[in-house]
Amino acid sequence: MKSHKITGQDFLKESGRQSSSIQLKNGSRVGVVGGGPAGSFFSYFLLGLSDRVDLKLDIDIYEPKDFSKSGPQGCNKCGGIISETLVQHLAAEGINLPASIVQRGIDSYVMHTDVGSARIETPLHEKRIGAVYRGCGPRGTEIGRWDSFDGYLLKKAIEKGAHIIKSRVDSITFIDDFPQLVYNHPEASKQTYDLVVIAHGINTSSLPNLDKIISGYRAPGHSKTFIKEYHLGSEIIEQYLGSSMHVFLLKLPRLEFAAIIPKGDFVTVCILGENIDKDLVSHFMQSPEVKSCFPPNFALDGGSCQCWPSINTRGSQRPFCDRVVFIGDSSYSRLYKDGIGAAFITAKAAANTAILQGIATEDFKRSYWPVCKRIDSDNQFGKILFLITKLFQNLRFTRRAILKTIITEQRKPQGRKIMSTVLWDLFSGSSSYREIFLNTLRLSFMGRFAWNSAVSLINISKEGNKGE
Amino acid sequence: MDNTSLGKIYKDGEIIIRQGEFGECMYVIQSGMVQVITHRLEGKEVLIAELGEGDFFGEMALFEKEARSATVRAKGEVSLITIDKKTLLRRIQQDPSLAFRIVEKMSARIRKLDEKYSRVTANDRRNWDSRPRRWISPTPGLK
Repeated sequence: MKSHKITGQDFLKESGRQSSSIQLKNGSRVGVVGGGPAGSFFSYFLLGLSDRVDLKLDIDIYEPKDFSKSGPQGCNKCGGIISETLVQHLAAEGINLPASIVQRGIDSYVMHTDVGSARIETPLHEKRIGAVYRGCGPRGTEIGRWDSFDGYLLKKAIEKGAHIIKSRVDSITFIDDFPQLVYNHPEASKQTYDLVVIAHGINTSSLPNLDKIISGYRAPGHSKTFIKEYHLGSEIIEQYLGSSMHVFLLKLPRLEFAAIIPKGDFVTVCILGENIDKDLVSHFMQSPEVKSCFPPNFALDGGSCQCWPSINTRGSQRPFCDRVVFIGDSSYSRLYKDGIGAAFITAKAAANTAILQGIATEDFKRSYWPVCKRIDSDNQFGKILFLITKLFQNLRFTRRAILKTIITEQRKPQGRKIMSTVLWDLFSGSSSYREIFLNTLRLSFMGRFAWNSAVSLINISKEGNKGE
Repeated sequence: MDNTSLGKIYKDGEIIIRQGEFGECMYVIQSGMVQVITHRLEGKEVLIAELGEGDFFGEMALFEKEARSATVRAKGEVSLITIDKKTLLRRIQQDPSLAFRIVEKMSARIRKLDEKYSRVTANDRRNWDSRPRRWISPTPGLK
């Protein structure tokens, strides 16, 4: 009997891919603007999937940064937390994060308030959150001491077959409906592609006026954050911070979220909030709760490196057109948390769409856009959660009640620890905001929290603090 | 444990999962090696496989509600990442391609088992054929 071998491309034709008007073919060229996590993840997954379906693609990644350098030259400006969920997803994809790029495995969170502190241990007593540097560490870090997270992912993409062009892309134009990237390089300055993927984030000045070039596109909304690095040395870090991420529930106007993350010999201070300025930073750094995380008399106005990067607060509009797709921060990201996790999700969704569906507007609309919308609708729950947290942050009796509930839960060897789980997930970005929100609606949780709030209110009244 | 390592460290000989127990997670080896063993009824241990960095085990518990089919123990110091059933299944629902690598590995294991089974069957047949035998009448009662 005559056998018939079905190739990957036959499969694509038979599985409805022919419905797309534009498809990637053997020898198609793909240009990726930005070699951060989104660009590298995209290239890695696109080449992996194209190999499965016997499609030979040619990928160029444009990245001017040298991730082997310390300080701003090699850094992509971020808190550098790889969430518990992302660590698991990467492990399932065969991307294991080596010890050389994980500056510290985080096994707990310590929540600081003006009424005390409480530690929340990881549910499995396992280090599944990674603190990393996007480059090779803050300014002055010894070269070769650590490897960069972004550099590691870029290397993975190159190993799969992507080419790197160390140049900044200045503009994008269309020649006969094909996108063309214009860049500054001694050997060439223009390249035309079958597909262009924009993964340059929101902290760059490259590719300005995209909304005028790409019909219907509107850049994501963003807000300013503050990141500062302090050199403490590993012994002092062990003594004062350990392997915990320290988060702060303080009554400071405009403060949304603040954390201190231990990484190797350094600690990273991250502050998120409305219109962050030097005043807010100074108030935060001078609070006794923050000072308690540093040795006495440590010069907090010093520091090795600092920056004021932007963070997504609203997704972009229509992040695709024929032969062009935006991913990562340039498209949609999770509110305040797990930006690298969102880069992973959008990059993979775009790669799957390009190979399995096509690269026309309709393909991205059908297969990629729902993924972006899912992140967006989850962020709406995030907004509610951050609003509630802010409300509790401003009331002393609720701060006390939260702390009391956590301490009681953490003392229990077994059983449900809903408040701890809610805060763990909220701080670590381990669950969707929707799931965290639904967890807070459990009657047992609400009942216990209401009881602890009432007790705290009575105690505060007895202490004579009726001012709030 | 090294501060820069992710996951959990198991010492040499430590049991990670035990045959017959129920589990809700799979494991990915970050560094080191593990031995996969089964226990026969008479208590004898049979080494099925040795797995190293990047390999995973315990994945069957994610897809079926059966007890662990083998015991896995650390061979030297090993570092593992635990993947929760809920986290993985939820992600696979959103992105089925996440399961490609798991299916690929499971398929490779079935292929290896097939080869092993064929070899064992061939050996048994050879042993059977070379065994001195009495003539047995195909019909009972006739010699």
